[in-house]
Amino acid sequence: MSRKISMKTAINEALDLEMRRDPTVIVMGEDIVGGTGANGEDDAWGGVLGVTKGLYAKHGDRLMDTPLSESAYIGAAVGAAACGLRPVAELMFMDFMGVCFDQIFNQAAKFRYMFGGKAQTPVVIRGMVGAGFRAAAQHSQMLTPLFTHIPGLKVVCPSNAYDAKGLLIQSIRDNDPVIFCEHKNLYGLECDVPAESYAIPFGEANILRDGDDVTIVSYGLTVHRALEAATALAKDRIEAEVIDLRTLSPIDWDTIIESVERTGRLVVVDEAHPRCNLATDIAAFVGQNAFGALKAGAQMVTGPHTPVPFSPSLEDLYVPSAEAIAAAVRRTLSPTGSRSHGIAA
Amino acid sequence: MSENPFPLSKDDLLKAYRTMRTIRDFEERLHIDFAKGDIPGFVHLYAGEEACATGIMMHLNDNDRIASTHRGHGHCIAKGVDVHAMMAEIYGRSTGACRGKGGSMHIADLSKGMMGANGILGAGAPLICGAALAAKVRGDRGVGITFVGDGASNQGTFLESLNLAAVWNLPVVFVVENNGYAESTAMEWAVSCDSYVDRATGFGMPGVTVDGTDLFAVHEAAGEIIRRARDGGGPALLECNMVRFYGHFEGDAQTYRAKGEVEALRASRDCLVMLAERVVEAGVVARDELHRIDREVADLIEDAVRAAKAAPLPAPSELLTDVYVSY
Repeated sequence: MSRKISMKTAINEALDLEMRRDPTVIVMGEDIVGGTGANGEDDAWGGVLGVTKGLYAKHGDRLMDTPLSESAYIGAAVGAAACGLRPVAELMFMDFMGVCFDQIFNQAAKFRYMFGGKAQTPVVIRGMVGAGFRAAAQHSQMLTPLFTHIPGLKVVCPSNAYDAKGLLIQSIRDNDPVIFCEHKNLYGLECDVPAESYAIPFGEANILRDGDDVTIVSYGLTVHRALEAATALAKDRIEAEVIDLRTLSPIDWDTIIESVERTGRLVVVDEAHPRCNLATDIAAFVGQNAFGALKAGAQMVTGPHTPVPFSPSLEDLYVPSAEAIAAAVRRTLSPTGSRSHGIAA
Repeated sequence: MSENPFPLSKDDLLKAYRTMRTIRDFEERLHIDFAKGDIPGFVHLYAGEEACATGIMMHLNDNDRIASTHRGHGHCIAKGVDVHAMMAEIYGRSTGACRGKGGSMHIADLSKGMMGANGILGAGAPLICGAALAAKVRGDRGVGITFVGDGASNQGTFLESLNLAAVWNLPVVFVVENNGYAESTAMEWAVSCDSYVDRATGFGMPGVTVDGTDLFAVHEAAGEIIRRARDGGGPALLECNMVRFYGHFEGDAQTYRAKGEVEALRASRDCLVMLAERVVEAGVVARDELHRIDREVADLIEDAVRAAKAAPLPAPSELLTDVYVSY
């Protein structure tokens, strides 16, 4: 049975279904229940934006509020994973990774390799990413390139409710540490989602729109901007293929290369800062492996190399717009040779 | 033989002596072979501190987890990790505990409950909270022990973990191995409180300070707080005051130590000598019995070194295994 639900509800459902299926799944984080030890309602919050609301009533103590101690509880999730549980730890805002990154990149990510294949660390760290929520510089970043850089981590960033549910279920079942990035401006977005459980394999990009003139690759919120751009371009008979990566590590190189070999043009859209991000990564990979197919230089559309500004008037300029993406596509069609860094503003 | 005045059986005394002797000889041999240039990388030796690891680990089984430090060889041996596999790992061989991919600072054997030495100071404390949480969720009465030095006791991870363990009432024992030096910096200068017991009290848990060179003192104090944790009584902190016979790392000239300091410590506070003297003087163990253990351990270490040197290096293909590789 399929019905329209939001990405927030889809994530809640995935957690519920996996907790029912597997008693080793536990969920922890700051205020994921809410009100622990206080005198008011049980399950007061269900996470700061209510993503885990209602799970406490179904699963009780397997949902654990934590002190505000990211290093301690993220590390505890990692340690519990190394000892046979499948913890899902909510980091609330991925920007808080700076507080606890050692437990992720020096501990969780390395155990399997560093211990000679004799350890596994099936932990999921999930949290919010992205700008556009008026949350300012320390609650708005798209830090996906940092995570993608680290061997041993898997990195997921869904663009819709259907993918969020299937990818979170896959993340919980995966035996490696997974960084699950939820764009906060997509929580309310609804689409058809089956009520039953299903897993979406990692490393399989989704072609959301077919086209023969140009390939647009993106993930997360900017997938929707890319689709808007493609709709606008179609009025001028420019047909863009839009690829949603869904997982950044592993990444589906084959789908990208096959598409570029057909279209001959590439635009990569990444909400992250412009240096050493998914856009530079993909542009370089295509340049190395499909150079002969390219009819124009790859274009990159990214956030600027600045912190995320607070003022709505500035923040709206920060995230790559459909107009900026469409302009980048047009540059691939009539290359002027002029230098462009393709940032949103 | 006289009546045994100790709280440990003669068998346990001999086992403890064998463990301590194995750690000592393992480390002394590494000291020599490192100086010869036989061993790659960083090596941090536990010599002088053997009574601490041994006295604590005597209370644990394979189901109990420990998280160790960069100075982890002693913890590994006391927790039952195979000495041959350890030596081979330190030599970077394919027969090593981590198949040559971890090295001295990352020896682990999860089947023995040894969750890894750790190159990041204080990083084991959150991990052991997770191990203890897993034991609590399973209800298997397992406990978790994390070791930190006096230096790493200042890490936020350690202090956060004290709070988390207290709040979640986890079966964890935090062991501060106080050897007086954070690398080269004096504990008296770098640690703001006078006693670790004060820190424990601040986090709402009991704290105990013992002479970490006295096997019996460590064994008794550890036994009590481990039993308490196992029975659901919650976390505790154990400070073991001990001595480091070598530098922070091999190659450390130790110019920060007073002249004659190490020689004086070896003469007056050698935990292995003190244990041997006590049990022999009490007439519980004959000196010959200890000498037999000494010879057996010497043979074991010799064989471990021989086997490690003869073992194959990891195959080149090993570079890309045991991790998801996307390029």
